[in-house]
Amino acid sequence: MPIFKLQVNGKEYTADVAADTPLLWVLREHLGLVGTKYGCGIAQCGACTVLLDGNAVRACVMPVSAIKASKVTTIEGLSEDGDHPLQQAWDEVDVPQCGYCQAGQIMTAAALLKRKPKPSSQEIDDAMNGNLCRCGAYHRIRDAVKLASTKI
Amino acid sequence: MTTLNKTNRRDFLKITSMTGGGLLLGFSWFSAEAEVPVIVTKTNFAGELGFNSYLSIGTDGTITIFSPNPELGQNIMTSFPMVVAEELDADWTKVKVIQAPLDTTKFDRQLTGGSGAVPHSWKRLRNAGATARYLLIAAAAKQWDVNAADCTASNGFVIHTSSGKKLGYGELAEEASKMTVPADVPLKNRKDFKLIGTSVRNVENKKIITGKPIFGSDFHREGMVLAMIQRPPAFGTKIKSVDAAAAKSMPGIIDVITFKNNVAVIGKTTWEIMKARKAIKIEYEKDGNIESTSDHDQLFISLLNSDNATVRRKDGDVDMAFKNAAKIIKSEYQCPFIPHNPMEPMNFFADVREDGVELVGPTQTPASARTATSKLLNIPEDKITVEITRLGGGFGRRLKFDYVVEAAEISSIIKKPVKLIWSREDDVMGGSYRPAVRYRFEAALDNIGNLIGYKLRGVGINVNNSTREDNFPSGAVDNLLIDTVEHISPITTGAWRAPVTNFLAFAEQGFIDEVAMAAGKDPVQFRLELLQKAKAKPVGAIKYNIDRMETVIKQAAEKSGWGTKKGVSQGFSVYFSHASYVAQVCDVEMKAGKPVVKKIVAVSDCGEVINKSGALQQVMGGIVDGYGHAMFGKLTFRDGMPAQKNFGEYRMIRMKEIPDIEAHFVNNGIDPTGLGEPALPPTGGAVANAIFKATGTRLKNQPFIDEPPFKTTPTKAF
Repeated sequence: MPIFKLQVNGKEYTADVAADTPLLWVLREHLGLVGTKYGCGIAQCGACTVLLDGNAVRACVMPVSAIKASKVTTIEGLSEDGDHPLQQAWDEVDVPQCGYCQAGQIMTAAALLKRKPKPSSQEIDDAMNGNLCRCGAYHRIRDAVKLASTKI
Repeated sequence: MTTLNKTNRRDFLKITSMTGGGLLLGFSWFSAEAEVPVIVTKTNFAGELGFNSYLSIGTDGTITIFSPNPELGQNIMTSFPMVVAEELDADWTKVKVIQAPLDTTKFDRQLTGGSGAVPHSWKRLRNAGATARYLLIAAAAKQWDVNAADCTASNGFVIHTSSGKKLGYGELAEEASKMTVPADVPLKNRKDFKLIGTSVRNVENKKIITGKPIFGSDFHREGMVLAMIQRPPAFGTKIKSVDAAAAKSMPGIIDVITFKNNVAVIGKTTWEIMKARKAIKIEYEKDGNIESTSDHDQLFISLLNSDNATVRRKDGDVDMAFKNAAKIIKSEYQCPFIPHNPMEPMNFFADVREDGVELVGPTQTPASARTATSKLLNIPEDKITVEITRLGGGFGRRLKFDYVVEAAEISSIIKKPVKLIWSREDDVMGGSYRPAVRYRFEAALDNIGNLIGYKLRGVGINVNNSTREDNFPSGAVDNLLIDTVEHISPITTGAWRAPVTNFLAFAEQGFIDEVAMAAGKDPVQFRLELLQKAKAKPVGAIKYNIDRMETVIKQAAEKSGWGTKKGVSQGFSVYFSHASYVAQVCDVEMKAGKPVVKKIVAVSDCGEVINKSGALQQVMGGIVDGYGHAMFGKLTFRDGMPAQKNFGEYRMIRMKEIPDIEAHFVNNGIDPTGLGEPALPPTGGAVANAIFKATGTRLKNQPFIDEPPFKTTPTKAF
């Protein structure tokens, strides 16, 4: 199997996996970064969202061979001490219920705020609509993104 | 993961030794008479214990409490310690909570379901906190040589009122552990609550938002293998033949085994297993009824006319009432199967060894899972440990332990520690659904619009009793008949958040609205009149609290501006489920000729609200869940096979589709009655009633999106 070099959260990793292996499983099972979650495997729920050079992508359908030199950021690498404005806002607004989808929600929001630090309500809804939350915490997710945008 | 696995057991012992001379209280989750805590000394704490749970106060002031119930987002790990900390007057920042493993000798009702954990444990938790507080005050009074009555406690300190002297709980813990536990400790007056009723953030937030491995699917044990199972894709079929030769030779695959109706692929990584799974050739053959949704639609019609119904409740003489009626209203409502779809698919770790079995993962019913594993493997229960991880949602799905037993069976066959994982498709297609049901309602009105007769027949598939025969309006109608007819199907069903009431409430509240319209009465007024009648002249047993229901109805009408809003169509709904009462008003506005659900106002009576933030999550999340599934939820079958397999075809509510929600609480000081489920049932009815008001079209079938006025405008999920 080919060996892939990956830049994840500022560190260099290697993974000896088949070329079609989705980034999600490389992160979870080869690099031990399990904060990125499996929800559907078909890019419909967003639980596996990570940043690729700052853009939100679905790791469950992103083959490891497509990553190349791009920089991957997962929830574990979003901030040094868990104090990214989004993480602070998520705690302040008390967003999580079961919590399983939240890493993906936060990563999607991180890509939004990077591209648009002061998004409108419509822009927040547009960006976050692809992430499912089965507990229905959408109101607080929306509020937390708004709050985080005031902290950036 | 903050559970008692091997690593944490050392932490646990560390806590013990750190506690050393600190105060350690054991308290019981069992009988009422065992509610009085006992002090536990370090000596007997380290060994086998005679108490059920514990609350410890370390010499550094750290307060630790075990939380026995599985956490799936109902926020029990925060609300339980809040109750203890309230009575203890603890400094909340010093409270730590640990998820307890399964221990039926220490805990009672160690499960998550039925919105029952807080009602069950409320007094026990208060007692534990109050007892510790009493002892700490006694210890301080002794040290200062003053009267305990002249001392008070606040935020982790005991204070001598007149002199202002104060000592921290950590400093007093050792002395307190030597005091005698009183038999009867007074509890706080609720007006003195400082923590209960406030908003306290989830104690696991930090772990969740930094991606810590707290879920079952994150669990890893050195040397474990992974497994996925190919189950029969259609209900009513079984394996005829298996050809796994190609799959077995694929990279990363350790073995492919067949047991019962399962073909399990064992391998090193998930992706390799997923690929190998596709290479297995399995033939299936018929093993029971092969049913399709179109068959069920026909079946419901015949069951509604069955002569063989089970009578659930009968009051007065319905035949006579309908004969004498000035007006009769008849209506039928239907709801489809739906899967639970927790975001974390089923998974479990099992290690079946000679000396015992270790089970780790997300379950709502650890005790039942252990019993089933014990029976399957013929290994005594005391040789089986169950560690409970955080659950990535449950919604009732994880009340079933099929996936736990599967993991144990695979481990016993391959003699290796294994983590079984389900794909999303396995989860959607794997059964245990909310049952499909159809209801026929009939109401008889006299010539002045009084409800004199009421009939409800519920027919369902693997639902058993599809009604709640003692719920409103039972008790308010002189002549009433409620019966059910059941169809047994190979399609498996199970409890789904607010079992039965999650669809029954929609149908009942829609029909009550129809009857109110036919009687020419305001829907809110009509319900209140029925309740007045039930109070003045109850018919048969009344198993709901009329006053509590009246209160939520009146408050919801007031808070929502019922009947006073212009340009807005409102729908009303109220429901009693589990032990709480929730009334909801839905606002619908017309936009380009289509109804838009703008807002839902909810008034909940769940008794005392412990954590305002958590309570809001349960109400708002429950409404989003109730609305989303009423609007979009549908699992159909073709030849025994689910037609929707993943989130591509199975639509779930998304951010852009949520209405505004305004949640209020009655907060009447009644002991808490639970909130994990009660906010969900009323939503479908409130929405359907508002849409009727706005469009004149009554929604009688879920999902609403397939009904006029929505059907004509197909919309994409995103």
